[in-house]
Order: sequence, then C-alpha cells, then structure tokens
Amino acid sequence: MLLRRGVTGIAVVLGVLTLMFFLLRLAPGDPARLLVGPAATPEQVAEQRRALGLDRPAAEQYAVWLGRFVQGDWGTSIATGRPVRAMLAEAWPATIRLVGLSLVLSYLLGIAVGVVQATRGGGLDTALSVLSVTLFALPGYWLGLMLVMLFTYRAGLLPSFGAAGLDADFLTGWERVADRLRHLALPLATLTLIGAGGTARYVRGAMLDVAGAPFVAIARAKGLSPTAVALRHVLRNALIPVLTLLGLSLPALFSGAVFIEAIFAWPGVGRVLVEAVQARDYPVVMAATAVSATLVVLGNLLAELLVAWADPRVRDAGLGAPPARAWSG
Amino acid sequence: MTRQRGLLADGRAAFGLAVLGAAVLAALCAPWLAGDPLLQRDIVATRFLPPLSSDLHGQFHLLGTDRFGRDVWARLLFGARLSLGVGALAVLVSVAVGVAVGAAAGFWRGWPGSVLLGLTDFALALPRVVLLLLLASLWEPSAALVVLVLGFTGWMTIARLVHGEVRTLATRPFVESAVGLGAGGLRVLARHILPNALTPVIVAAALGLGNAIMLEAGLSFLGLGVQPPAPSWGNLIASGRDTLVNAPWVATAPGVALVLVVVAATLLGDAVRDRLDPARGGSVRLSP
Repeated sequence: MLLRRGVTGIAVVLGVLTLMFFLLRLAPGDPARLLVGPAATPEQVAEQRRALGLDRPAAEQYAVWLGRFVQGDWGTSIATGRPVRAMLAEAWPATIRLVGLSLVLSYLLGIAVGVVQATRGGGLDTALSVLSVTLFALPGYWLGLMLVMLFTYRAGLLPSFGAAGLDADFLTGWERVADRLRHLALPLATLTLIGAGGTARYVRGAMLDVAGAPFVAIARAKGLSPTAVALRHVLRNALIPVLTLLGLSLPALFSGAVFIEAIFAWPGVGRVLVEAVQARDYPVVMAATAVSATLVVLGNLLAELLVAWADPRVRDAGLGAPPARAWSG
Repeated sequence: MTRQRGLLADGRAAFGLAVLGAAVLAALCAPWLAGDPLLQRDIVATRFLPPLSSDLHGQFHLLGTDRFGRDVWARLLFGARLSLGVGALAVLVSVAVGVAVGAAAGFWRGWPGSVLLGLTDFALALPRVVLLLLLASLWEPSAALVVLVLGFTGWMTIARLVHGEVRTLATRPFVESAVGLGAGGLRVLARHILPNALTPVIVAAALGLGNAIMLEAGLSFLGLGVQPPAPSWGNLIASGRDTLVNAPWVATAPGVALVLVVVAATLLGDAVRDRLDPARGGSVRLSP
C-alpha cells in the first residue's frame, strides 16, 4: 500500500511539473526577450533563444528541463540573482514549522470544541456553531491584519514582522526562544483560529454521524457513563473521517499559509512564492510551486498512514482511506 | 412550495438568504445608494475622515473616507459588484466543468471514466492558491482571468459528487426503464440522470461561492486580481493595510462585509445539505 501511494505521489508531483512547463509555454511573452531586455537586437534575442534551448522541439525542451529540474538544477532568480535552490532550502523549514504547529493546535482546539458541541447540544452548541462558522469564513489575510491592528499597533504587545527580531543574533538562551515565540504568535494564531473553525464543524458532524450507530446504543445500555460513551466510543470512531480530513485539508492549509506568510513577512515558501509572482520571477515561481506540491503530497501520504494506523479495517484491507463524507469541502 | 417554506424555517437558511439577498441588492443598487466610488474632490480636506462624519462640503460619509478622500461606503458597494460577480461567475464555470467531467466519468465507465477520475484526483491534490498564483503571474491580472482561474481550479469537488450520483442513479429502475424504452445514452444522461443529480451540486455551489469570493479577495489583496482604482473587496482590504494605524476603518469595513457574505453562503449550504440528509442534526443524546 505504501509503495502504491508513493508512486501515486510521485505521479502527482510529475504532473505538477508537466503542467507548469506547458503553462509557461502557453503564457504570453518570450522568456528570451524578457532576459535580454527591451533594447536587444533580433540577433541577440535569437542568440538567447538558442542558449535557453527554445529553438528545439517542445518535447526535447521538456525532457531537458525536467531532467535538470529533477536533479535540483533550478536556475538562478531573475530578481535577486541568487540560486533558486538555496532560497527554497532556507524557506521550507519555516513553512513546515508554521503549518505543522498550526495543524496540531487547530486540530486539538477544533476537536475539543466539536466534542463539546456534539455532546452538549442546545444553546451552547448554537453559540459555538456561530463561532466556528465565523472563524471558518474569516479570510486569513484579513484576520491577520485585524490581529496586527489589535496586538501590534493598539496594545504594542507582539511583533508582526518576520520570524525573529533584528537583534536576534545578540540574544542568548531563553531570551532568544522568547523572541522566536513572540514572532511566531500572531501568524500561528491566525492560521490556527481559522483551521480550528473548520475542524470543529467537521468533528461535530462526524460525531453526530457515529452517534446513531448500534454499538453506541449498546455502550449506553451497558451502563457506561455519558462521558465514557462520548470519548471512548463516539469520538474514537468519529476521528477516522477526521484524520482523512487532515489529509484533505493540507492543501487548504498551505494555501492559507501563503497569505499569512505574505502578511507577516514569515520567511517561508509562501512568501518566496508571492514575492516571486509579484516580480514575475519565473524560475522561483516554478520551484516554489514544485516544493509546495511536494509538501502537500507528503502531507497527504502521512495522513493516509495515520488513517491506516487508526482504522484496522483499512490496515487489513490495504485499500487506503475510507471515503470521506461527500461535500466535506 | 412547502419545501421552500420548510427551508426558510431553518434559521441558518433564512439568515443566509437574507444576507446574500441584501448584498446582491446593495450591489445592484449601488449607484442609487452611494456616490461615486472614484470621486476625489479635495484630498487634503476629505482624507481619513472617520465613519459617521461629514466633510467640509457637507457630504456625509457613513464609513468614512480613505487616504484619497474617497467614500468607503461607495467603494464597498461598488466593490460588491465586482467581488460577488466574479465569485458567482467563477462558481458557474466550476459547476459547468464539474458537472461535465463528473457526468462523463460516471456514464462512460471504461477507460475514459478512469482517466477523468484520475485527472480529478490529481487536480484535487494541488494546492489551489499556489496554482492560482502561478496562473496569475503568467498572464496580465484582470477580473476575467480571476473568473477563469478560480473556475478551473474549483470544479473537482463537484465532479466527484456528480460522478457518485450518476453511478448510483444509473442503476435505478426509472433509468433502466428509460433505457428499455429505447432512449439513447446521452438522452438518458441529460433528461433522466442529471436533473436528479443536481441537488448536492447546489449545496457544493453555495459552499464554493463563499470560497470563491474569499479567494478573489485574496488574489486582489496580493495585487493579482482586480486592479485599482476599480474597487473590489480584496483590493479595498489591501489599500487599508497601509493605513491600519490612522484609518483602521478602511480595511475593517470590506473585511466585515466579506465575512458576512461567506458566513451566509456557508450557512445556506449547511441548511440545504441537512434538509437533503434528514438523518443528521440534533445532538448526540448521551443521557439516558
């Protein structure tokens, strides 16, 4: 199963690379002309086209480009002149840190809220539903701005720029950790709040789906306490579709992180991507897209392994995740 | 009609329809409800006026003015035209592509179906915003590009839903009898199967509408969508970003409008879904 999933994942990344290659060819504008500048003579443009291999047949260009890309030869950034590979090597750990932490926190928070909603019902359920749907509907870039307005400009409590202060190199020990955490606080809170809203909505639904099953009635008839039924029987079974959602929500989380990184100048892949897009820095855009797609594919694979670990039916059948509820979005 | 009344009895549906209706109405009537969104009469005298104030010319500004002295309320209403319009058109594109792919994949089982399903799964695994940024960087930004890009990156959920529905419906007796009566494949698909498969599509479209409006605003916020001075909620938020300290209302107003509309679309989608699936709802009754 792992092997098959791995092959599928590689196929997806290859598909992304192919898609990128042909989109770049479809786009208006000649990359050679872009490189040599507007004052170049036709001979210079032709020379540059030859140097880039643009005079070759498309299939050959594709093979050469793909070969280089797979080997890690991603070219140099047009905007900064730095090797693209070095730029992304610096960026991806920051993204993983932000996305990974917010994934953990938003699921813990979301599951807690969802459980309270599903077991209590009534007015509390309604109030929390309103809260979770509002959080779910908040655009990350706007929530980020509002948090900056409150915590940076009004209260003056937290920084809103970068991953470390300007004086970070002079700090030692705990001061350094505290500085890092203070910089992490706002971007992490923004991503986590939005993620928790979506998770709570889903956990509530999944628990209500499971609650009608016969084994829950039996557990109750055995005389188990309501808390034991809710946590040991309903929640544990409801977590299987929730784990599947975890895989499905990774692309969305990465998408959200792109905006958050741009707002908070968080030095991750998303910020590199947005800056490259705004500067029309194609080599960087291509590489950042490929890195994002790879991270998402790896995340999906991890989520499927988690589902298999949690659900013996899947583990034994080796068939992959059970179908998620339709329109879970 | 009973169905309609039943839906409105659900508070979420009533709220969702009311907010969406009000937003559409405000967008349509923008020229009568507000002044010129591009008017800059006297920048020095009218810039950064707080909400509920009047300028020296006696002009009242419900939501204040931005750094060019333009009326935020007017820009919000005219921005609704672009944001709602782009979102709705993008969802229409998604629904069209999704229904076509899903129906084809469900109806022609063999290799065409597998290829289409594989394509859907592939597209589903892509980070949408990354793809949006890539596409937006390759072409000149415009509202039309945003519609196409959002439309062609949002069809996959709908395709999967339609595929599932078509597969189930194809085995139902009324479809078999239509085939038995000699109806051709495309006629059965178009007249008998698809009309019955459309309800979940409506739910997905309502949920997708909120998402599309949010993403349009996101692209415009990054400067890759609707270009200023034409107002859209996204570029309004972006323009308020620079004046967050001295004029927080410029970024707050379009954000609140955006959240209200997205919440409304989500609640409406939830309510319709729960009506289609009455087994859900209520709470886990754990006390004996």
